Amino acid sequence: MIRIGIDVGGTNTDAVVMDGARVLAGVKSATTADVMSGVVNALADVLKASGKAAADIDVVMIGTTHFTNAVVQRRDLAKTAAVRLGLPATASLPPMVDWPEDLREAIGNLSYLAHGGNEFDGRKISPLDEAELLQIAEDIKAKGVNTIAITSVFSPVSDECEKQAAAIFEKAIPGVHITLSSEIGRIGLLERENAAIMNACLRDLSRDVIEAFRNAIASAGIKGKFFLTQNDGTLMEAAFAEKFPVLTFASGPTNSMRGAAFLSGVKDAIVVDIGGTTSDVGSLQKGFPRQATVAVEVGGVRTNFRMPDVFSIGLGGGSHVVETDKGVKVGPTSVGYRIISEALIFGGKTLTTSDVVVAAGKYDLGDRSKVAHLSPALIAATEARIAAMLEDCVERSRLSPDPLPVIVVGGGSILVDKPIAGLELIKPDHFAVANAVGAAIAQVSGEVDRVYALAEIGRDAALADAKAQAVEAAVSAGASRDSIEIVDVEDVPLAYLPGNATRVRVKAVGELHVV
Amino acid sequence: MKIKRIVHVEDMEDIATGGAILGTGGGGDPYVGKLMAQEAIRRHAPVKIIDVDELADDALVVPVCMMGAPTVMTEKIPAGRELIIAFRKLEELLGRKIDAVLCGEAGGVNSTTPFVVAAETGLPLVDGDGMGRAFPELQMETFGMYGVKATPMVLCDDKGNSLVLDTVSNAWTERLARAATVEMGGSALLAFYSMDGATAKKCVVRGTLSLTAKLGETLRGARAGHRDPVAAIVDELDAQVIFHGRIKDIERRTVGGFTRGKARFEGVEEWKGHDFRLDFQNEFLVAERDGEIIVTTPDLITALEAESGNPVTADALRYGLRLKVLALPCNPLWRTPQGINLVGPRYFGYDVDYRTLA
Repeated sequence: MIRIGIDVGGTNTDAVVMDGARVLAGVKSATTADVMSGVVNALADVLKASGKAAADIDVVMIGTTHFTNAVVQRRDLAKTAAVRLGLPATASLPPMVDWPEDLREAIGNLSYLAHGGNEFDGRKISPLDEAELLQIAEDIKAKGVNTIAITSVFSPVSDECEKQAAAIFEKAIPGVHITLSSEIGRIGLLERENAAIMNACLRDLSRDVIEAFRNAIASAGIKGKFFLTQNDGTLMEAAFAEKFPVLTFASGPTNSMRGAAFLSGVKDAIVVDIGGTTSDVGSLQKGFPRQATVAVEVGGVRTNFRMPDVFSIGLGGGSHVVETDKGVKVGPTSVGYRIISEALIFGGKTLTTSDVVVAAGKYDLGDRSKVAHLSPALIAATEARIAAMLEDCVERSRLSPDPLPVIVVGGGSILVDKPIAGLELIKPDHFAVANAVGAAIAQVSGEVDRVYALAEIGRDAALADAKAQAVEAAVSAGASRDSIEIVDVEDVPLAYLPGNATRVRVKAVGELHVV
Repeated sequence: MKIKRIVHVEDMEDIATGGAILGTGGGGDPYVGKLMAQEAIRRHAPVKIIDVDELADDALVVPVCMMGAPTVMTEKIPAGRELIIAFRKLEELLGRKIDAVLCGEAGGVNSTTPFVVAAETGLPLVDGDGMGRAFPELQMETFGMYGVKATPMVLCDDKGNSLVLDTVSNAWTERLARAATVEMGGSALLAFYSMDGATAKKCVVRGTLSLTAKLGETLRGARAGHRDPVAAIVDELDAQVIFHGRIKDIERRTVGGFTRGKARFEGVEEWKGHDFRLDFQNEFLVAERDGEIIVTTPDLITALEAESGNPVTADALRYGLRLKVLALPCNPLWRTPQGINLVGPRYFGYDVDYRTLA
């Protein structure tokens, strides 16, 4: 199978062509404001470099930060009605209660509370009230809003209420776009509801962006299917991504970590992705990034997405190096993409980490004579500082006392040439485009997160049920059934509650099923 | 009546952070409680905090709190009327006006719940609580040691059900209320331990709400000023840093609905080469260093992320986390034989005696 992986970042669009497990070519080009032409350029460049014809390409995988940026910048967001099912419960905190006001206003600040919802054990809080929902539908229609996010209490335990309400709205408002929270998030009402609302307000934009990607691929003459990568490093079909744009949040760091795993052939490791300004450090477990356990904010909104647990520090190839009376200070400020004009080695006036590495003779870049004056003491102190910064965040990301290797990727990888924290160092080929490789090799997943009463069904039966549900979720997301593996099982008892109510999370992953 | 401080919407942020620190690993994430308190203050009025000594001896004061699984509360958020209904029903039962609100538990989510009632009723909130930290059961209140009965108690759910309990002992209150809470969907809100001002002056753990506010402010200030957040908290609490290390092993199991577990640490920096173990049961209860037990409940053990100073709950402990573990003395009432009986290590099933933290 010949695949193209593309990572559309804020600054660069990276692309690779892969034949099975082999990287045929990788290119970096500038991201464009209209998205489409940047992708068109990247596709043309990478096809040319690989020597493959457009007709040879079976599938294209795209990772994009476009939707995250839309929320962060509050642009292109659709007016959205947030409907919550759970009355009389939850009335104390209405939808979007903790949102930044500008974002709430940007999407129309429209929310409704209605009856419905479930208890942690599946009992009903109150029955769904069709008349009540029809009235809400009338109001939404009258306000000219065509996008609804539905969130029901404990919908990860039972999604019945959300589905019934969706059917009522679809009938009452023909052509309405609906997002159900149970399809996106996990337990934690406000966070899941936030994700559902953000997804809903991105629906119009996602239609346009996906269309732009589709056109770019078609104009390159590629007939293969195309997919987007989501925040857990797995794929969604373009049509699915159009419905769930919010799932692309944080796919960038995930792709580079997955790419690092693939390029190095190592599945359990610490990954350090060094860019121009920051380094992202995370850990790989069975080839996937470990997920964050705390709430992650996107554009000022608290979410509980399946985000990789990435720790960022202000260290990159363009980081400022400053001598102070307390010693050498490295970062967090950086010349960023202006490195090609501002760093000493490129004729600029600012001392950066890249200058020091070149002065130390560790790497050949730019004009070495321009850093010949740096004192050995400064070079040694800077290198020691960089090593200490990396060591601290690597230690922080370790999952076990086992001596895991450290994989270093990204354009700023030149800063590293010896083991960090005494761990084996791997710098794979094509390290600069690891994120596009991560997109190209993405698999397909299904996940379940719900509460079981173990006193009633027992732990084994609960885990078996959750696993079966995760497998079905993976199949419906496009995985070939034979290839599916359970990659993550976690059960945490709910504190302060007898009856052994336990929250179970299971994730299943399989290879993409291409027909 | 002298007002000690006025709590506005934005002050709740610090109180919730401080509440999480006093949560000693348990007590639940104050996030939802914080938002509820902020909504109540926004809708009604800022909350007036008074010193317990401001109460008249014959004043009627009533503590409120949330009971059940904090995880449930983050999903099935309260309707909003539960605390007020419980509070007003209890007032009706007692047959006289309540003069002040009191916090049942200053650690975790319950550091924030009394603000909801104080904001809506306009009554003053006493600066103090019945624990000075978090504990898992209703009878674990200093109030009981001065003969205050938990009942009459009113327990309310989101649907409007309320339950009046009249029990033979505070331990029975816990038992029956726990069962009812499960039926109510795993989380409920309540008013209990009504007492007069004279009694409150004897049994309230004083100043704990001011302390939560101060802790939150300290953490925020240290971060803004790029100072070591943990050192700032240690100074503020006059706490001892009993360990600095990385979690190397963690084990959890459920016994009778409560999560029990142990986390083992290996030392870093000043504690390099030393071992440390933290035993928890919702809250952190016993700390052992180099094979020797150094702190036990009811003294406070709290864990902060070494870099950020963020309080870490027992639920969030995981391999590799680098923590500084702090210990500080509990309220002297807990150190009496009666107090040790209620909340000492043996109550929680540890075969060790309480040793007084110097």
